[in-house]
Amino acid sequence: MTRLAVPKTYKLYIGGKFPRSESGRTYEVLTKKGGFLANASQASRKDARDAVVAARAALAGWSGATGYNRGQVLYRIAELLEGRRDQFVDELVSTEGVTKAAATQQVDTAIDAWVWYAGWADKYVQVAGNGNPVSGPYFNLSTPEPTGVVAIIAPQGGDSLLGLAAVIAPAILTGNTVVVVASEAAPLAAISLSEVLATSDVPGGVVNILTGSPAEIAPWLAGHADVNALDLAGAEALDWVDLQIIAADTLKRVLPPVTGAPAPSLERIVALTETKTVWHTKSLI
Amino acid sequence: MGFLDYAPAPESTSILHLKKSYGLFIDGAFVQGHGTPFQTISPATEQTIAEIANANAKDVDTAVAAARRAYDRTWSKLSGADRGKYLFRIARLVQERARELAVAESLDNGKPIKESRDVDVPLVAAWFFYYAGWADKLDYAGLGPSPRALGVAAQVIPWNFPLLMLAWKIAPALAAGNTVVIKPAETTPLSALLFAEILQQAELPDGVVNILTGAGDTGEALVNHPDVNKVAFTGSTAVGRAIAKSVAGTGKKVTLELGGKAANIVFDDAPIDQAVEGVVNGIFFNQGHVCCAGSRLLVQENIHEEVVDRLKTRLSTLRLGDPLDKNTDIGAINSREQLDRIRQLSDIGEQEGADRWTADCAIPDKGFWFAPTIFDNVSTSSTIAREEVFGPVLSVLTFRTPAEAIAKANNTPYGLSAGIWSDKGSKILAVADQLRAGVIWANTFNRFDPASPFGGYKESGYGREGGRHGLAAYLESAGWGQPALAAPVRKASK
Repeated sequence: MTRLAVPKTYKLYIGGKFPRSESGRTYEVLTKKGGFLANASQASRKDARDAVVAARAALAGWSGATGYNRGQVLYRIAELLEGRRDQFVDELVSTEGVTKAAATQQVDTAIDAWVWYAGWADKYVQVAGNGNPVSGPYFNLSTPEPTGVVAIIAPQGGDSLLGLAAVIAPAILTGNTVVVVASEAAPLAAISLSEVLATSDVPGGVVNILTGSPAEIAPWLAGHADVNALDLAGAEALDWVDLQIIAADTLKRVLPPVTGAPAPSLERIVALTETKTVWHTKSLI
Repeated sequence: MGFLDYAPAPESTSILHLKKSYGLFIDGAFVQGHGTPFQTISPATEQTIAEIANANAKDVDTAVAAARRAYDRTWSKLSGADRGKYLFRIARLVQERARELAVAESLDNGKPIKESRDVDVPLVAAWFFYYAGWADKLDYAGLGPSPRALGVAAQVIPWNFPLLMLAWKIAPALAAGNTVVIKPAETTPLSALLFAEILQQAELPDGVVNILTGAGDTGEALVNHPDVNKVAFTGSTAVGRAIAKSVAGTGKKVTLELGGKAANIVFDDAPIDQAVEGVVNGIFFNQGHVCCAGSRLLVQENIHEEVVDRLKTRLSTLRLGDPLDKNTDIGAINSREQLDRIRQLSDIGEQEGADRWTADCAIPDKGFWFAPTIFDNVSTSSTIAREEVFGPVLSVLTFRTPAEAIAKANNTPYGLSAGIWSDKGSKILAVADQLRAGVIWANTFNRFDPASPFGGYKESGYGREGGRHGLAAYLESAGWGQPALAAPVRKASK
């Protein structure tokens, strides 16, 4: 006799908690062959705004943490993912319809991406910043700082777990907080990842994950005055030029769409930072 | 004659050999424009200096085509070392013609000759000299090996530092291997046209730099031209926003240096004499026509009266008048339009209840002038605490604790610059960490250097000018945009 399985309820992840959409809406997540998998929450404009509030509230603490601390927190995410590899492999096989080998490779690549980015947290300032030899008696130092609250459209094709690592890790390692719109067709990995985040050392609100329709939610995030940057990584199929135009109203930094999960790169880290240059006089002795 | 009275000491304009009219500088030569020419005037006398050609969309096409040709055939094929040599030549020519450029700048812009002579023009030369040396060292710019130039850069610059802004734009663009079409501001085209003569003397290959004079529609046609790869703009946040919209989806790389409403924070443990000088320099330098001007003085409550009294005393000694007089501290407002805006915002400040104080100084009969003005008891919600005045108008607010100072300083959509005055180093560094601004001056203000990145947070724009970061704004990493890491995984899956 086969055992009757216990299916999971998939909800949003906002401010470290797992609420349903305030709208009460859900949508069906299907297997590649069209079979029913789960009802995911369909996030609304209000959910997006709540997520921005949570991200803003978490910003001071997270950006004020040391790089060493943030690096350990990111590494902890990799540790927990490693412990739950089988769960993610199963989920990817069922939602993306990939082979077990491909799913395993994706999970491994995602874990390695978290580890790679974790190591940057206490180094990127040294590489992206520098002292400046100005012509005068001044100490002068340029350092990168997090841009602030970043709204991210996660990659929408395959690679639903890797895609999240590829966009979330480079944003948060510097101290940004994020609101992520997960893959619409394959949102389960995103929610399972939030369970990992909730039980790792990531403070609530640093990563907020919304499931639902990117086409519906993205314009509200692009226009939100308390969002500082917009990563359109997974927006290739959306009217992303319109989103960029909306974002221009508040002069947000905008990263363009990419095909697939963006490769780990220092550019991705630095693109979501601001360079601050501090001058101080030196006395004449 | 009292000790504040000085005999006039005007810098002679005989060093200038201006033409009656100037054409557009396209493909290495001055040519006629197809728009209706306009006059550039001296804002101190309202007298015409010269007639200036006006570039229309057709001229923009011609200039961009010339820049593209120069990029494809000449500039991108040149070695970095040779590009650098041209820039070194330009730096030297600027030094050689420094006085002439300074006089032209003060005449056309209205800024005091002591500023154009001692700040603007020396920095122009320094900017070219600094970036000249980068041209053959791009591998060390922090973008990995063999970074790529972008192509043709469209650059639009403001009227407050006409030649310096031109240098900030052209020097890094050329060092990185791009070619340029640049549009100086409508009210201050003169120094850019003299600069075109310098380019001829330097024998810079034709089309590498093209200079189009004109108004907003010329700039619009330029940044929206489909064959430009990079847009660099310094100016108002409103225009910056419009540019960000118009380039959306085009893949053009953009740098925007926009408005500011900088806080200049004076703690009670500050060296007060230096702080007062710094506050004066912060807002009255260049008549306050500075995007990073310290237009909001945040002074600790217990020293508020003392600081404001000293400021008034100091401002009463500033000499306003002929920009070409070597003793002038405050020159002319650049245009009638700007003067109207400063007057309008100042009137609003008064209506909203702030206490207005204006230095008692004689205003010349002709020209555009605005006496140094302080608004005390300004609230954070007041229009003059929120909007950029871009004139010699200082708003004074108070605070009690560092946390309050930080909150008030950051309470603006802008984030270009800030100042901190204190003798306590640990306090300065802690406050500097918390300020959301791209440039922070501690116990100094309004310092600029080609080695030092400059640019804003939030609605003050994005990208940096100056230093290694300013070079990167004109380059693309060879690795950027490479195929996604995940592609092979997806192929394996069916």
